Amino acid sequence: MRKHILFVLSLALTIGFKASAQSFMENSQVSGSFQTDAQYYMLDKGIGINDLNGKKFGINGFGKVNYTNGNFSAGIRFEAFLPELNGFRSELNGLGLANFFATYDNGFIGMTVGDIYDQFGCGFVFRTYEEWSLGMDNALRGARIVLRPTRGVTLKAVYGRQRYFWAPYLERDMNNDDQRGIVRGVDAEWDLNQSIASLNDSEFKMSLGGSFVSKKQNDLSSFYTIPENVGAAAARINLGYGNWAFSTEYAYKINDPSAINNFIYKEGRALLSSLSYSQKGFGAVLQVKRVDNMSFKSMYTGKQNDLDINFIPPINYTHTHSLPSMYTYSTQPNGEMAAQLQINYTIPKGTALGGKYGTKIAFNMSQVNDIVRDSVKFGNTMALNQAGTLGNTSKFFAISDHRFFRDINFEVDKKINKDWHLTAQYINLYYDIETIEGHAGSPVVKANIGFLDVTYKINKKQSLRLELQGLWENEVHKGYEVEESEKKDYQKRGDWAFALLEYSINPHWSFSIADKWNYGNPVEEYRDHYFTGTITYIHDATRVMLSVGRQSEGVVCVGGVCRTVPASSGVSLTVSTSF
Amino acid sequence: MKKLMTLLLMALVVTGLHAQSKSDLPNVTLKDLNGKDVNIGKLTNNGKPIVLTFWATWCGPCIKEHNALNDVYADWQEETGVKIYAVSIDDSRSTAKVKPMVEGKGWDFDILLDVNSDLKRAMNVSNPPHTFLFDGSGKLVYQHTGYIEGGEEDLYEEILKIAKKKK
Repeated sequence: MRKHILFVLSLALTIGFKASAQSFMENSQVSGSFQTDAQYYMLDKGIGINDLNGKKFGINGFGKVNYTNGNFSAGIRFEAFLPELNGFRSELNGLGLANFFATYDNGFIGMTVGDIYDQFGCGFVFRTYEEWSLGMDNALRGARIVLRPTRGVTLKAVYGRQRYFWAPYLERDMNNDDQRGIVRGVDAEWDLNQSIASLNDSEFKMSLGGSFVSKKQNDLSSFYTIPENVGAAAARINLGYGNWAFSTEYAYKINDPSAINNFIYKEGRALLSSLSYSQKGFGAVLQVKRVDNMSFKSMYTGKQNDLDINFIPPINYTHTHSLPSMYTYSTQPNGEMAAQLQINYTIPKGTALGGKYGTKIAFNMSQVNDIVRDSVKFGNTMALNQAGTLGNTSKFFAISDHRFFRDINFEVDKKINKDWHLTAQYINLYYDIETIEGHAGSPVVKANIGFLDVTYKINKKQSLRLELQGLWENEVHKGYEVEESEKKDYQKRGDWAFALLEYSINPHWSFSIADKWNYGNPVEEYRDHYFTGTITYIHDATRVMLSVGRQSEGVVCVGGVCRTVPASSGVSLTVSTSF
Repeated sequence: MKKLMTLLLMALVVTGLHAQSKSDLPNVTLKDLNGKDVNIGKLTNNGKPIVLTFWATWCGPCIKEHNALNDVYADWQEETGVKIYAVSIDDSRSTAKVKPMVEGKGWDFDILLDVNSDLKRAMNVSNPPHTFLFDGSGKLVYQHTGYIEGGEEDLYEEILKIAKKKK
């Protein structure tokens, strides 16, 4: 009998173990995604590409795999730039395991080791993120703890060092030009509506938050005394009542001389406030922002968007069509005053203007000016922004006459009947290209832009889409003879026309041809056509896009962070899939 | 013999307990437009299908897709009980614009805010729009990237398939 029992016991254990192994396997989930962007470059004297500089081919690719099992998850991302596509930073050239992490989160406590993406509030003092289309990744490699001690309260702590292309993470392996400090931060958020029972279903909403972030960096400068610890703090509040919402965040940073602010020792400040009202069919939001010396990097010699610890959100409207997005504003961390108003309204169904389906209209206005800076008086008056001094003083509410950017636009979106759909937008743009893109000597862009986007449904499966766009610069070209030495300042300037025709067969195929024509460039040799043909195939979560033709010089921006794309000609292929 | 039976029974129970059906919805917490936490892993719709569609205020095709979905959403709900969650991947530059845009355009979906792209990463979304369909038990049955005019019809065919299976 005993033998029998032992046998049965071991059998039961085996089955039990098998079962739990099986359940472990059953709860395991593997998912991932792949993307490859490749381009074959060709000579094209017509648009000034007389030399490929030995680069005929560029390829950016990544593959990521995530594993989850209940409260546990882990993932890796492999990247390859062999070599990088034109317009991406050359430091990306290479391949390797770019990102990995492991997380355990049971709702009360969450712990992550590896590469961390997170943000505190709107990002004024801390935000790490990844944007593949920009080749941008400032992940923090280290550890994070998230605690939720009671409903509505979230506490976070992060510690680590940021990614800088392929540079090593250990201090002993780093060179002088990829030295970057340790970043550590804490954040607390309290949502009163979730934590106080009587407020759970209240119309009144309130949450509070606060964060502190500091970097510890080595002073490598022989000219300046660089602070080895730089702290930044931010506080935020979100309020809501019925249809109204208000939020504001204020941030402060101690002196942080860097290449971006020309090594001045002034403290940094930023403020962002939003007020919105929304009800069915109507929504409006007003935002104001002030930024003063708020670049915050974990390497004080960093340029462009390298090693940003924080993120200063731009608040202007994000255009997506080709010509309207040609001149996209990017945040000026050294100082800006910005405001924006957005109104969305649906003219109700059944009215004269609303028709059968209702008409959606939108208005947006945004403007950004410089802040006012005065010289610092220290015994004698110092030159403005002189390196090694406090740099400047600035009145908080003073707005400079120097306008960086203004965009006033109006959009109509109308479904006419079952087969026809129409979107149209008019944009009035002011863009200080000298400040925003650093094109010294280039005159300000003042343009009227319009587009019409018409979709016609041929039948259940097939549709046609036509886009017509125009960009007219009022002043830059009229009767002006550009001198030989100024020519390069007028690349891509003047009037543009754009047309695109797309034929789609749902759900898989889309074919399009487009031409972008700089017909009104003040310089005759720049009056080029940029013709492209594109075929897209989509199957579930897989997309293959093949495109042939010319790409004009331009700026690609996501989230106010931009990269310039040089003019090119050739064949490009994008394949992406996820599972 | 009785003991043997008991043990066998226990083993079976253990096996049975572990053979629960799993959900493909990841354990990620987002906020809705009222600031309430929503755990995606715990989303349920009384056994009816769930659609998650990733979008952004700056994504033209997404807005087209949502306008098209909104026109048919009431009919779909009536016929299949499907629930659509539109996950906005807008970051802090445009989160304040999400609610006014959703209301201004009159969309009826439940909106979730993925400000830090946590769900976007967990579900391996590269570019919006990207739409996922889950059956009543949270199992992923269909996904589609991009939007082509009429794409909502294909989604609906997939929804009908699982809605019919239930009956």
